[in-house]
Amino acid sequence: MHGLWNLTWLEIKIFAREPLGFIGTIVIPVIMFVVMGRALGGRADPSERLQAFVSADLPVFAVMLIALNAVLSLVTIIAIYRESGILKRLRATPLRPHTILTAHVLVKLIFTSITLALLAAAGRRFYPVALDVSWFSFAAALIVSSVSIMSLGFLVASLVPTARFAQPVGTLVLYPMLGMSGLFVAIDSMPPAMQAVAHVLPLTYAVSLLRGIWLGEGWLAHGWDVAGLMVVFTVCTALSSRVFRWE
Amino acid sequence: MPAQPVIQVAGLRKRYGSTVAVDDVSFEVYDGEIFGLIGPNGAGKTTTMECVEGVRKSDSGRISVLGLDPIKDVYALQQRVGVQLQEAHLQKRIKVREAVELWASLYRTKVDHEKLLGQLGLQDKRHAWFMTLSGGQKQRLFIALALINDPELVFLDELTTGLDPQARHAIWDLIRGIRARGKTIFLTTHLMEEAERLCDRVAIIDHGRIVDINSPSGLIRRHCPERTVILTTDDATAEATLGALAGARVSRDDTGSVIVRGDAADLMTGVIQCLADHRIRVTDFQTVVPTLEDVFLKLTGHTIRS
Repeated sequence: MHGLWNLTWLEIKIFAREPLGFIGTIVIPVIMFVVMGRALGGRADPSERLQAFVSADLPVFAVMLIALNAVLSLVTIIAIYRESGILKRLRATPLRPHTILTAHVLVKLIFTSITLALLAAAGRRFYPVALDVSWFSFAAALIVSSVSIMSLGFLVASLVPTARFAQPVGTLVLYPMLGMSGLFVAIDSMPPAMQAVAHVLPLTYAVSLLRGIWLGEGWLAHGWDVAGLMVVFTVCTALSSRVFRWE
Repeated sequence: MPAQPVIQVAGLRKRYGSTVAVDDVSFEVYDGEIFGLIGPNGAGKTTTMECVEGVRKSDSGRISVLGLDPIKDVYALQQRVGVQLQEAHLQKRIKVREAVELWASLYRTKVDHEKLLGQLGLQDKRHAWFMTLSGGQKQRLFIALALINDPELVFLDELTTGLDPQARHAIWDLIRGIRARGKTIFLTTHLMEEAERLCDRVAIIDHGRIVDINSPSGLIRRHCPERTVILTTDDATAEATLGALAGARVSRDDTGSVIVRGDAADLMTGVIQCLADHRIRVTDFQTVVPTLEDVFLKLTGHTIRS
């Protein structure tokens, strides 16, 4: 734990100094959420399906974007830090290896939380549908989901050879997972083979958990989702601790 | 009494796949000296140094640094040594001061970091981002980070590569200053001039093996003892007169200059004495003394740059 807060705080400041990354992480998902919500929800006679989408799936979609953004940015940062020798230099200090990596996860979680808070504020101010959501529960669900997806991101970062490939490979791994997560097409209506694949992808559990909590269902009803996310986290962390390269 | 060994390496080996990077390397570094590992790129310098630092694990061999095992006791060792890695980088937008403060927060013993930045001429760059620093400033920052914990032993890997001569000379002065404060310095370089000017002792490494270890002047005496005097004179007797000097081989080159070669350390004294005694009028007098570069060529059969 030694140096963890120092390093985390430093990495937050360094990240905030890069305007593009800052806007992409925090501003874009909030704007998308508000614009899409108003465009779809503001219609005079919204159909039932559209109503359902706006009230539950759009918020979930927005937070999934935040989480995926965070993971992609994590994968890219780790790849850049490795390629330019920053990881190696940090590792030659008394900082423990896991401290260096945990600091980056914390930075992403903190920015995810900030974006979520802005989303909540924006929702209260601009959203057409009344939101009676336990934000605390929802934030907890988002953090559980994020940590699990980030462990998958670490596995990608461990395996990708260069920084130039990190972002595209990360995108190729993560976005198709979002497509099969049940957010756009219900899992039950997929062909059996696809259903089987969907059930081993962490985003499926994340979407189910977030949607359930958003709709006011209890954590107990989503025990399996939490368990699934934890299994993904355990497997990915164990694998990446074996194959992670520092240089 | 000989100084205590601070680093002891015996039978170190390291291979990457089928490539043998370090092949049975043994040497010792003594307290208070500047020890240089010299050789061309790819000779195994950095791999050897990183095994000693505990950054890399060797395949076999024994390494002891300040009485510690660099792999098993890596955290205890890190508190007592300072490390500068080859081609290292920091976060592009980290400020000089932030880097120094982060490093300082990681060590139990720490020096005053404002004073350290002052010593390294970085006080005006305290608030500059890493990416805006020049090559020399970056290297000075890395030296600052290596010295932040007041280490007993400092590792410097290819410290002045890519720097202009002025920055290089400034860094040499800095390193001599570090030794003057009682630290031991272990460095690698492929610049023979740097090794000759800076190191108390050097180990020449080529293809993963140590070829010889001694002081730069000791290596020159042992492997390239021949000194040369080239003189221009109208005196036709000069060749014969100088030829009578003990151990001197005299010839004339195509421009008519007289060339005197010999292995004796006092060859030059002899030549000057002889010229004075016989009142030989000389219009030009040059000496050629072998350098570490010549030693390297002799020992390895190739120049360090090839």
